[in-house]
Amino acid sequence: MSQSVPYDVEAVRRDFPILQRRVGSQPLTYLDSANTSQKPQVVVDTIADHLLQHNANVARAMHQLGAEATESFEGARSKVATFVGAARPEEIIFTKNASEALNLAAYTLAARLKPGDEVVVSVMEHHSNIVPWQLACQRTGATLRWFDITDDGRLDLEAARREGLVNERTKVVSLTWVSNMLGTINPVAEVAAWAHSVGAVVVVDASQGVPHLPTDVAALGADLVAFTGHKMVGPTGIGVLWGRYDLLAALPPFLGGGEMIEVVKMTGSTYAAPPHRFEAGTPPIAEAVGLGAAVDYLTGIGMDRIAAHEHELTAYALTRLADVPGVQILGPTKAVDRGGAISFTLGDIHPHDVMQLLDAAGVAVRGGHHCARPLHERLGIQSSIRASSYLYTTTDEIDGLADALDHTHAFFTGRLASRPARDEVKLGQGGS
Amino acid sequence: MSVESLYQEIILDHYRAKHHSGLREPYDVEVHHVNPSCGDELTLRVSVVGGEVADVSYDGVGCSISQASTSVMSDLVIGGSPARALELHDGFQQMIQGKGEISLDEDTYEDAVAFEGVAKFVGRVKCAMLGWAAVRDALLQATAMEGKS
Repeated sequence: MSQSVPYDVEAVRRDFPILQRRVGSQPLTYLDSANTSQKPQVVVDTIADHLLQHNANVARAMHQLGAEATESFEGARSKVATFVGAARPEEIIFTKNASEALNLAAYTLAARLKPGDEVVVSVMEHHSNIVPWQLACQRTGATLRWFDITDDGRLDLEAARREGLVNERTKVVSLTWVSNMLGTINPVAEVAAWAHSVGAVVVVDASQGVPHLPTDVAALGADLVAFTGHKMVGPTGIGVLWGRYDLLAALPPFLGGGEMIEVVKMTGSTYAAPPHRFEAGTPPIAEAVGLGAAVDYLTGIGMDRIAAHEHELTAYALTRLADVPGVQILGPTKAVDRGGAISFTLGDIHPHDVMQLLDAAGVAVRGGHHCARPLHERLGIQSSIRASSYLYTTTDEIDGLADALDHTHAFFTGRLASRPARDEVKLGQGGS
Repeated sequence: MSVESLYQEIILDHYRAKHHSGLREPYDVEVHHVNPSCGDELTLRVSVVGGEVADVSYDGVGCSISQASTSVMSDLVIGGSPARALELHDGFQQMIQGKGEISLDEDTYEDAVAFEGVAKFVGRVKCAMLGWAAVRDALLQATAMEGKS
């Protein structure tokens, strides 16, 4: 599609049947796409067609259906490779999610780690890009070090350079492209160049990047990039690790089993070349085919147009939310180098309570620590509320969120502050 | 299943002014419980003297449901036997996991009956159970210690 055609969000919405449903008596306002995205009809149909008409195991079933299934599965690999600008399909490893992709990276790179080595992550990582590295460091005696953030929620590169965070001891730098909580888009290429200058391997968690921004893994400058299907209108159960082929070829296996071997003898085994070396067992075939359909769908609309739509929405939401009494936005407050996830607090009302009131108004958001507890700790809060948009989100929905927040604030501040205590005598008994 | 049935006045009252809140000495056992899905955390102490729960004190961060439920629980448990507290725990747990189909005896459970509305909100069951699970854990430890000494 050409840039001159206006983005028709209503047409996009018609592709997602779930967006027509109601929650109780309210129309659904789905603002939890950073958690998981909704699915267009074509993805569901493609999976159903695969399972109902072409189902067989891949790479080992030598019959017609086996050939069809293998072609669909490997075809999906090629589509994903093209979507992220991989040099060749063999650079795409299918996993079950981004967490498994990051665990694969951490486990196989740990083979190179020893005491004294350093692994660097940032305080804004999702737990999936923290815990695998903690495990790798525990196993090998390497040290885990952290990028801090500035008060406005940006990666603090200046402080990192001052203290020589990345140095000759650094073997791995693993960083999120887009923060799942703050929305911050990190200068991944700049960090990658720094890491490469000391010979470190660069891993990027692109779970919140690939679904929303045009992606070129070469431009990112990373060596390994993890993302997941279900956040990019694909099904759950399928994730991706992209890797530079020469690096993948040098990494040891992750899980052992069928399909990842070359020759198995009782005395030992040799292993298949990438990507199959890292895909032990029957893979998520229908899910991969579904991801292929998702990639086709996103490409049909155009990632640059999706990114532009989301950028506009984010700017609108930041302005709109700033006007709601009690809302305190966490992270960048302007839509500059910023994705569509907006986290905030509402007075001192607990996010779970906010979420509940919003849910009653049909507005689906996330309340909690969004799998980023160290970041919340760094910001001095226990939890937050997160609203996140995608290609099908409208400004009307942002208005609905703002109105529901207004109501929630009034509901709790009114009921909690203005009434006398029900039973003063009972309160006095505390600490008996 | 209106949201008002969840946020009963009794619950908001307890949330606003929690009973028995704060960590106190002396105590026999201290436990720390978390709800990993939302990050709610609770540190809770129990003191058992002469076969009676002499004190339940606590400090925590959490939503109105978890905070109010802990407050109500402390009212019910303090002054009774540990065995009685565990019975109350079991009855409350049965109700809260009953999807709104089990009611509590008001004479026994007092303010805790307000949480019957919570049982219809499956996502909040863990919130309502946080304090109860902590006190159960602490009392089991305390009574085991008493048995040994």
